Amino acid sequence: MAEPQKVPRGTFGRVWMYIRRYRLLLCISLLFGTINVALSLYLPILIGRAIDLMPEAGQVALEGIVRLLMVGIGVVALSALAGWLMNVINNRITFHVVRDLRNRAFGRIGVLPMRYLDGHPHGDIVSRVITDADQVADGLLMGFSQLYTGILTILGTLIFMLVIHPGVTVVVVVLTPLSLFVARFIASRTYHMFREQSEARAEQTSLVDEMINGVRVVQAFGREEEVNNRFAETNTCLSRASLRATFFSSLTNPATRFINAVVYAGVALAGALTVVNGGMTVGGLSSFLSYANQYTKPFNEISGVFTELQNALACAARLFELIEEEAERPDAPDARVLREAKGRVELDNVSFAYTAERPLIRGLHLSVAPGKKIAIVGPTGCGKTTLINLLMRFYDVDGGSIRVDGSDIRDLTRHSLRAGYGMVLQETWLRAGTIRENIAMGRPGATQEEIEAAAAASHAAGFIGRMPQGYDTQVGEAGGSLSQGQRQLLCIARVMLCHPPMLILDEATSSIDTRTEQKVQQAFDRLMEGRTSFVVAHRLSTIREADLILVMRDGNVIEQGTHEQLLERGGFYHTLYNSQFAP
Amino acid sequence: MRKLFCYLKGYGRECILSPLFKLTEALLELLVPLVVAGIIDEGIAHSDTGYIVWNCLLLVGLGLLGLGFSVTAQYFAARAAVGFGEKVRAALFRHISRLPVAELDRLGTATMITRLTSDTNQVQSGVNMTLRLLLRSPFVVFGAMIMAFIIDVRSAMIFVLAIPVLSVVVFGIMLLCIPLYQKVQSRLDRVLGLTRENLSGARVIRAFGREEEESRLFRESNERLTSVQKLVGRISALMNPLTYILINLAILWLIYEGALRVESGILTQGMVIALYNYMSQILVELVKLASLIILMTKSVACGNRVAAVLAIDAEQVEGETVPEPVAGAPAVCFRNVSFRYRGAAGPALQGVNLEVLHGQTIGVIGGTGSGKSTLINLLWRAYDVTEGEILLDGRDLREYPLRDLRARIGLVPQKAELFRGSIRDNLQYGNPSASDGDLWEALRVAQAESFVREKPGGLDGMCEAGGRNFSGGQRQRLTIARALCRRPSVLILDDSASALDFATDAALRRSIRELPYAPTVFVVSQRASTLRHADCILVLDDGHVAGAGTHEELMRDCEVYREIYESQYRKEDGIHG
Repeated sequence: MAEPQKVPRGTFGRVWMYIRRYRLLLCISLLFGTINVALSLYLPILIGRAIDLMPEAGQVALEGIVRLLMVGIGVVALSALAGWLMNVINNRITFHVVRDLRNRAFGRIGVLPMRYLDGHPHGDIVSRVITDADQVADGLLMGFSQLYTGILTILGTLIFMLVIHPGVTVVVVVLTPLSLFVARFIASRTYHMFREQSEARAEQTSLVDEMINGVRVVQAFGREEEVNNRFAETNTCLSRASLRATFFSSLTNPATRFINAVVYAGVALAGALTVVNGGMTVGGLSSFLSYANQYTKPFNEISGVFTELQNALACAARLFELIEEEAERPDAPDARVLREAKGRVELDNVSFAYTAERPLIRGLHLSVAPGKKIAIVGPTGCGKTTLINLLMRFYDVDGGSIRVDGSDIRDLTRHSLRAGYGMVLQETWLRAGTIRENIAMGRPGATQEEIEAAAAASHAAGFIGRMPQGYDTQVGEAGGSLSQGQRQLLCIARVMLCHPPMLILDEATSSIDTRTEQKVQQAFDRLMEGRTSFVVAHRLSTIREADLILVMRDGNVIEQGTHEQLLERGGFYHTLYNSQFAP
Repeated sequence: MRKLFCYLKGYGRECILSPLFKLTEALLELLVPLVVAGIIDEGIAHSDTGYIVWNCLLLVGLGLLGLGFSVTAQYFAARAAVGFGEKVRAALFRHISRLPVAELDRLGTATMITRLTSDTNQVQSGVNMTLRLLLRSPFVVFGAMIMAFIIDVRSAMIFVLAIPVLSVVVFGIMLLCIPLYQKVQSRLDRVLGLTRENLSGARVIRAFGREEEESRLFRESNERLTSVQKLVGRISALMNPLTYILINLAILWLIYEGALRVESGILTQGMVIALYNYMSQILVELVKLASLIILMTKSVACGNRVAAVLAIDAEQVEGETVPEPVAGAPAVCFRNVSFRYRGAAGPALQGVNLEVLHGQTIGVIGGTGSGKSTLINLLWRAYDVTEGEILLDGRDLREYPLRDLRARIGLVPQKAELFRGSIRDNLQYGNPSASDGDLWEALRVAQAESFVREKPGGLDGMCEAGGRNFSGGQRQRLTIARALCRRPSVLILDDSASALDFATDAALRRSIRELPYAPTVFVVSQRASTLRHADCILVLDDGHVAGAGTHEELMRDCEVYREIYESQYRKEDGIHG
């Protein structure tokens, strides 16, 4: 049995906010549920009465039987209809609540601070939006309706049985808990066996993972025999655990079936003896027997429902953590729209830290005239990305200010500030869709001519033309069949279409083939003409042609100047330059 | 799937006994309504208390016996299924570990892992459930019908009619829902894809100010998902009410027929109750059977995926004994070598001719997709040439036993992979008998000695899975040392010094050149600087040899090489360290 998960207070109340708008449907569903349960429990009584009307040959009251059967048909039809409507309504509520939760959760992704998105594994957020939302609806709503009909069935059965005969009812009530007890007992005993099995599985999977990913090394070094021996060891372990878990858990059904048989025999005994003493009719016994057969079912279902409800609430809590996470501070009400920026960028005494205890940028001053090219260099992890984050206002500075054309960027709307920049990052992000959609991302209304012009200017037109479907070729989330270089060209075309006054570029270090690499380089050069550009530079030519080089290390700009000035100084740049670019 | 059945061999006894015991249990269950009928018709009718008590004890006895049989059946089923799973996994693992790398590259490693883990598990539980239930459910359904026939032929006709109609409803709804569930899944995948996309592309989306647009797209996708979910919900919600109506109408009809038969003295009251009980049993079993069939279809699909891997030919041609080297032959010789990936339109490598003398260093350079890695993979027979031949010491690679061939080669793969274990374990990977002295010597040559010395435990220092606890450069140097521990006659460095700084790279090249056993070295690199001093540089462009020669020769004669070189050092720079 799984450990109950901790659920913060008030979670249910918050879920209720989403269910509330469907409360009318919910009430109708409960009503239909009640009708369904009551009628289906009433049916065995009708049948019992019909059986009482056929005691023996020549004494059958056929008219009465037919009347009862006619009522029976009505009961069956109504009960089925109510059951179907209840299911349909429950499905509707469930799927709508999931939809609402998902829309809400997804909407947060657009407004949460980048700090949150960067600080949380994406897989985790995805699983909240997808899996947790499902669990909430399934567990909470389905669980709730199961619980409701389950309890109703138990109570209803109890009442009907008591009406027929209280004494025999006692037999059922006393014996049924045995079944629950046995199921519980087996589940608790097998819990650790399943854990053992999944541990053995995890162990084996990690070996499989290692072997398959390193298969070149395994084969090149002739270690096939050895890994197979290691696998055989884990395999034996897994089989042993698996046999125990499989066998012992499979005892639940036979065991509960046996308990049910005992209950059934008990009812038959008590019932038959009562009938002999005249306390009950044969039809009553028949009704009792069919109740006894079904009585344990809702119990078993309900015991599962509680863990499921608990689990659903835990999932809801995780989902609400995302939904209620504080959003990015909205633009100030009097924020201005940046229009036709000239591209003067100034950083005034900027300081920034991702975490309070590790200050990253301190007292950074920088003044960039329109149209200048700034190269940012430094070893991996030196904070180049941080600077991009601040310029684009993905993060806000902790101290000092950044100004574009003289206005503090916090006084501008984010939307207009970001529209002022064209950004090409090293991770070339393309969305699942056509090439056309990807290029037109920044300007959805662009005409085909404009798109083609942008593609041509960024040297992407050539390979797009060679694609079987041209601009309508589908590219995947990870760029599909495109090479790294081609994807980068598309990203450049995307920016080219927008004519931004300022640029942020991250040159690729990854090995793209030489021909494409040259095209990318030419496209970059073309893009930068006349625009204020910040380039995370990896190429000597970019660096040498920059108007200003920022040398970053451990989050700080430690040197700035032109290529010649910096080389002359003989500092960190000098060392870096020699190790990276000298043959 | 059928191919997998051979792994059930040795479990024949279990495979027969388990369903057999299950059947016996079902048979006992089918006796219960008869006993109850007896209690009513004999015990109650004659007020025979003793008879009633005995028969109720008989019911408990039947239950107990059933428990015994079914526990035995479960045990046999579990044994057979687990044993089967164990054998399949072992066979699959063995097979995969020997598959030609070309096949693994073609199929992808991720799917191999799925097939070895979740697919095999699914097949295993499919076998288990099949042994337990496949015979039981139909047996109960038809058993109930046969019992009805024994009681009364005319009433049994209601069973004959009800069973097919019920089956059509149960299986029909399931069949109708399966493609819809797939649709739900694919729409859910789209919603999931959008979520992931928006997280990974958060910066780009914000840079273009598309947050609202993205939300709209998501809502649309989400709405499409919801609508198909509601559709499938409406259909599957029919299952319970429909079967409920059918079974109960059959019961009501049965009661009516029964009443007529009781009136004419053919049936007794108890028998009608028995018929009623049999009818009730059918529904439960049909639903169980339907869900079992879904599980089985899934298992068969998984089984087919497993069988497909097992069916891939793992055999590579190889020699029986190590052939005698041809005197005076070059160390390695490519003769008109071409290679084409299976199913690929064009060759990945075409018409490669190359002679390499003992102890020479060959550089290989070219863009992505130019065929550099393919060339290397042909050398250690990860792939086999499609045309032409590669000779080692004058003998075709395929004349060597695979093991011996690979034992002569020290491969340093592009991706520096280390395994979980100590540094020593990793270094001894290709040569378990290497002494500590050998290991330190290899580390020294690979420029890895100093950081291993600093590591607590030295050679006993731990290496995490994949070598995560080392930097990229350290990992590369350790994999170089690992290859050197074999004292290979051919050393292959597949772009394996990319994370090293200039000074370390140079020192590494120098110390390899000074190795006493003078291996022939193949160096693949993107960096012209790494290859500049090679005896011969092979320039590949789109699968063709665009040039071969020393740096100076290539600068003079080979345009592709010049282009590569100049993209790394602008012509006008003229600064060569």
